[in-house]
Amino acid sequence: MENFAKLTISEARDKLRNKELTSLEITESCLVSIGQSKSLNAFSISTPDLALEQAKNADKRIALGEAPSMCGIPIGIKDLFCTKGVQTQAASRILDGFKPEYESTVTQNLWDDGAIMLGKLNMDEFAMGSSNETSIYGAAINPWRGGNSEVPLTPGGSSGGSAAAVAADLCLAATGTDTGGSIRQPAAFTGTVGIKPTYGRVSRWGVVAFASSLDQAGPMTKSVRDASIMLEAMASHDDKDSTSSNFEVPNFEAALTGNIKGKKIGLPKEYRMDGMPPEIEKLWTQGAEMLKDSGAIVVDVNLPHTKYALPVYYVLAPAEASSNLARYDGVRYGHRATLKAGDNIDEMYSNTRAEGFGKEVQRRIMIGTYVLSAGFYDAYYRKAQRVRTLIKRDFDEVFANGVDAILTPTTPSAAFPIGEMNDKNPIEMYLNDIFTVTVNLAGLPGISVPAGLDNNGLPLGLQLIGRPWEEAELLNTAFVLENALQFSEKPQNWWSNS
Amino acid sequence: MLIDKDTAARVARLARISVPEQELTDLADQLSNIIGFMEQLNEVDVENVDPMTSVTPTLLKQRPDLINDGNQQEKILSNAPDSREGFFAVPKVVE
Repeated sequence: MENFAKLTISEARDKLRNKELTSLEITESCLVSIGQSKSLNAFSISTPDLALEQAKNADKRIALGEAPSMCGIPIGIKDLFCTKGVQTQAASRILDGFKPEYESTVTQNLWDDGAIMLGKLNMDEFAMGSSNETSIYGAAINPWRGGNSEVPLTPGGSSGGSAAAVAADLCLAATGTDTGGSIRQPAAFTGTVGIKPTYGRVSRWGVVAFASSLDQAGPMTKSVRDASIMLEAMASHDDKDSTSSNFEVPNFEAALTGNIKGKKIGLPKEYRMDGMPPEIEKLWTQGAEMLKDSGAIVVDVNLPHTKYALPVYYVLAPAEASSNLARYDGVRYGHRATLKAGDNIDEMYSNTRAEGFGKEVQRRIMIGTYVLSAGFYDAYYRKAQRVRTLIKRDFDEVFANGVDAILTPTTPSAAFPIGEMNDKNPIEMYLNDIFTVTVNLAGLPGISVPAGLDNNGLPLGLQLIGRPWEEAELLNTAFVLENALQFSEKPQNWWSNS
Repeated sequence: MLIDKDTAARVARLARISVPEQELTDLADQLSNIIGFMEQLNEVDVENVDPMTSVTPTLLKQRPDLINDGNQQEKILSNAPDSREGFFAVPKVVE
């Protein structure tokens, strides 16, 4: 049987509309691939019965004509999105067995358009991590391997399961979320496309909260066109999220004209790091040349506060997390520690949280608690908020000078082996976010596009950062870059055990 | 050391996470290391810079203060580790 799971969204849509294929055929193909992919550990749970039922309904809807682009398209959902009646754990023990009674706005929008849910995807616990290793389900594994080595590599994080599933063709696309780079870094590590939209473009309602002023959901796909289609389906104004924008959602796919003549692309010199692998430097230069060849004007720009982005992030994100995660107390949902005779409610809270949260999540809650505590609030939290203002101002000034988009590498390295960071201090892991985290702090849209392979045959990504609310233009620039780069490599299939 | 063992114990208590006594020194080390990384923010001049409270310069929306949801007791209790007679159940709070 042909493997229809390899299709892109746009290819599948066209075949569905031309009656060359049914959603049921594509969905069954994906379910077979998922069944053979246990060694990737990408899915935390699969929902075949639901998928098949949705596929039959989608086929009926397509037969009637005028179905939306996402109708009949099977996708995976990051475990951070609440899905009604389907286990949603944010990859944490503390949400053990949690089955939401409601649906997140993003997933509801996708189902309303007729998309098919294949299951929930692995991730770092509460989206805190860059390697998917903090997950209660165990690490997801990157379908890519370096050279002839069989050493398992990370697909990145926190949306590691989403990236692995898309790269391995277990689904046509997946949802991800991005607080400091959690869509773009895994996309870069797996040769896939991932976009974090402008803060407020996509509703956060029903998405388990990590750092509310930074969190945004976005699509992880096999092409820029697919990212455009799926982002449009995910985005909406939502009364249930007070920070959701009421700007109209444009037709992103229609914006893919391939014309970027006269557009100004900035190269920030602060992103040229000491010790950056020469291959990344080379791809970056090459990407800039390609945009120039397509008619863009490439200029150097300054983002002087870049080096402070990580420390700002690691004050603000844990501070917000410590507040958001206060709700996990063993009372209303999820895990509760077994109480000993005479244990009081405080012991119930403390033991529940000690058992339910993994080490990295505990560490971040405590860092957040510390920077918000009396006597340190001004020195850390308020200071970080002020530096955040300066980081955003850097971008505002660059855009005010007529720059349309900024081109950078997505990550400072290719995918690294699972376990490599175990003995290192947590800050080493945090450095993965160095090129992506500024975008969250400034609330901007950012997209990672696969750029090429390193000497070990591992994918690397380039990031484009756009003006706020101009995802349409950003996607078009990414589309031009994608066409010029012609990245078409796929990982060798070593994981199928059929 | 930015965070000593006693401070680590205090932070853990504030966060309602029980940490065994023998792990506190290690925890203090880790927290100190991360807080130390943030110290570089002291280099930045933030004189006359307002703290960012909203990344998009829009006012929070308002809506009429009306009841638009409710009567979902069963659903709300459906995930509770312990519930009795329509309430969440917890150990005795008031002696």
